[in-house]
Amino acid sequence: MPNKTEAQVVLRLDKITKTFGALTANDAISLTLHKGEVIALLGENGAGKTTLMNILFGQYTADSGSVEVMGSALLPGNPRAALDAGVGMVHQHFTLAENMTVLENVTLGTRPLWAPGLDRAAARARIVQLAQDFKLSVEPDARISTLTVGERQRVEILKALYRDARILILDEPTAVLTPQETTDLFETLRKAIALGLSIIFISHKLHEVMAISDRVVILRHGKVVHEGPTSGTDRHDLAARMVGGEVNTPTAAPGVPGAPLLSLRGVTTPDRGSAPGLKSLEFSLYAGQITGLAGVSGNGQAALADLVGGMIQPAKGALMLAGADVLHWSPRAAVHAGIARIPEDRHKTGTIADFDLSENAILETYKDPPFSRRGWMNWRAAREFASRIITSYDVRCPGPGTRIRLLSGGNMQKLILGRVIEGSPQIILANQPVRGLDIGAVNYVHSQLLAARDRGAAVLLISEDLDEIMALSDVIHVISEGRLSPPFARGSMSPADLGVWMTGHGYGEEAAHAS
Amino acid sequence: MDILEILMTASFWTAAIRIASPLIFATLGELICERAGILNLGIEGIMVAGAFAGWMAVYSGLGLWPGVLVAFAVGMGFGLIHSILTVPFGLSQHVVGLGVTLLATSSTYYAYRLALPEVTSPPSITPFQPYEIPVLSDVPLIGPALFAQTPLTYLAFIMVAIVAIVLYRTPLGLAVRAAGENPQAVAAQGLSVAAIRMGAVMIGSGLMAVGGAFLTMSAFNSFFFEMVNGRGWICIALVVFGAWKPGKALLGAILFAAFDALQIRIQQTPLGAGIPYQIFLMMPYILSILALVVMSRRAEVPAALMVPFNKGER
Repeated sequence: MPNKTEAQVVLRLDKITKTFGALTANDAISLTLHKGEVIALLGENGAGKTTLMNILFGQYTADSGSVEVMGSALLPGNPRAALDAGVGMVHQHFTLAENMTVLENVTLGTRPLWAPGLDRAAARARIVQLAQDFKLSVEPDARISTLTVGERQRVEILKALYRDARILILDEPTAVLTPQETTDLFETLRKAIALGLSIIFISHKLHEVMAISDRVVILRHGKVVHEGPTSGTDRHDLAARMVGGEVNTPTAAPGVPGAPLLSLRGVTTPDRGSAPGLKSLEFSLYAGQITGLAGVSGNGQAALADLVGGMIQPAKGALMLAGADVLHWSPRAAVHAGIARIPEDRHKTGTIADFDLSENAILETYKDPPFSRRGWMNWRAAREFASRIITSYDVRCPGPGTRIRLLSGGNMQKLILGRVIEGSPQIILANQPVRGLDIGAVNYVHSQLLAARDRGAAVLLISEDLDEIMALSDVIHVISEGRLSPPFARGSMSPADLGVWMTGHGYGEEAAHAS
Repeated sequence: MDILEILMTASFWTAAIRIASPLIFATLGELICERAGILNLGIEGIMVAGAFAGWMAVYSGLGLWPGVLVAFAVGMGFGLIHSILTVPFGLSQHVVGLGVTLLATSSTYYAYRLALPEVTSPPSITPFQPYEIPVLSDVPLIGPALFAQTPLTYLAFIMVAIVAIVLYRTPLGLAVRAAGENPQAVAAQGLSVAAIRMGAVMIGSGLMAVGGAFLTMSAFNSFFFEMVNGRGWICIALVVFGAWKPGKALLGAILFAAFDALQIRIQQTPLGAGIPYQIFLMMPYILSILALVVMSRRAEVPAALMVPFNKGER
């Protein structure tokens, strides 16, 4: 067994620098990793963590600097070299072929291409053995498309272990996991460490960092700003170092509710595949109030968000805006009614990846003055609008002409937030507004939502994170199977109370009796 | 009545298999390209080039099998052009494919005039002859259909098995399929997506050209400009019909060929006498479209088909 005090250096990064256009993602970053050690790599979105790991793994080539694995230099820009040297990476966005089996994904590229056969039996035996050793239960012949997110991640880890990885890089591995799956993952990682592997763990979740890591390295604006043992620090300290100053979690004073701005009267929408539609919903959004919608994912949140956002119409029932029945409902009607939308998936429905920031800033309003008049675009106005958002919402980017694909998730979300709030909307539909964001960005989004509320906007906050719902909402509804709980006032329910409603108890008991 | 009688004749099935053979080659070729993520619309032109190249090689004195190899090599050449433009340059696969079809067709015409400047009707060669496999060819109905064909038809069937085995039973096939499903996964395993895709397009294009060569070297004995006549486009549909699987694609090719053989025969029956013959010409296409609609609804398209892959792109 290795002695930890004199553990050998397995990885050394030396003065890695990488730029994308005008953006310096990594600025002379140096880092060493020892055998059996877990380093937590922290930093806000866009701090350069993912870029650094992609350089280590050979997916990007550094502009300057070198990488050494087990004492020998690593050929830059060559994933094969990294794999052969024993570096295994579990990407934030899995690199799995969905229509293929676990076994096929794991064995891909592990044998010479011109080898005569796949030798599935040996591969299967090896996978089963690894799965047992590392507590990674997966069915080798299952198709990836049938697996849950947690299972897919296990496949990614298996891929690395199957290739005898000695260094595991995990890029925000817990962002997509349930608490139970996170516990399982940590158990796997502890087994890996016990077997002499080394781990780089990238995360935003500070309690996880405290739980699993030996040492913490913090990046900010592409530079290492802190490096030290985990034991000598705490969550508060780490958060402060990450954002480069004190962290101010916004506090929500109770809001003053005004008139109902949007009401649903017995609205029903059709089911969508396995996701339920809404079941005769009675529900209002009030001015100056944040209404939180809690619930387990896939219980009708998407239908409600699409309804409020104008993407779908009620099959039964009616929508009322400021007390008047809505006759024609569409995304455009919603925008004109002053409903601003922060969509659940900023990549898919919030932005167009290959459009630049000014184009993305006016996606919802491009038909309206000042951005267009009599059918002609006014790009200068669009650019000025985008520049204003960039400045006032601290969007880190080279300029309004940057393709939005190049921005980190947090900066992308800030642009969407700016686009939403600059229009002084009456109603804000915030669907998972902080998913995948770091602490600084989370606090920023939350404080902006609170400010909008104080200005008199009605906010509908949809989230799977109960802490977020309870911290911000003036009123909480729980949704389950497309049914809505009665409104609960701030502080009237404990998480456990809400959990009961989330699992589907308490709805329409009378109806059940009647039938 | 009449149709049933036709279906029971050995000559009908013999014709169907013969008509299917070039489709099988070209469909396999297109399937390999698409499995690696590249739509190859150069197929129609590559078939024309292959038909000419194989025939011309034999006419110039080469043997029949070397002629097939020449056709294959010419197909690979056009495949190389296609893959350079679509893989490292990442250009539109539609535009490049149509361009390759136009290039291959027109350069074939050019080569034809260069080789035979004075000729009004193309010379003929001695094509592949049917080879009756002993015993098996004596089985009623399917015997003559399957076991009394030319060697090139047998090769078509063998290719189906080879392609299926390579795709599903070797590391190479796994890498090809993964390149068409998720090239990031391939790159993350340290393999070259570009090499895999370019290789697949070249091999696939070679098979397309052999499909064309079947027309001049086995089905017929000479080269005519219009002889490919849209078969390449049919093969694109057959790949979809076959749900990107070699075995199903083979069935699709035989089904289409059977419709084609059937319509010729119905035209000659009393039933067909009162109906304009163009209706019958349309039949295989209409039935193919209907079959395509039914079959392709649940088919799994390679997820990264027509998606260029750029290393280092965020």
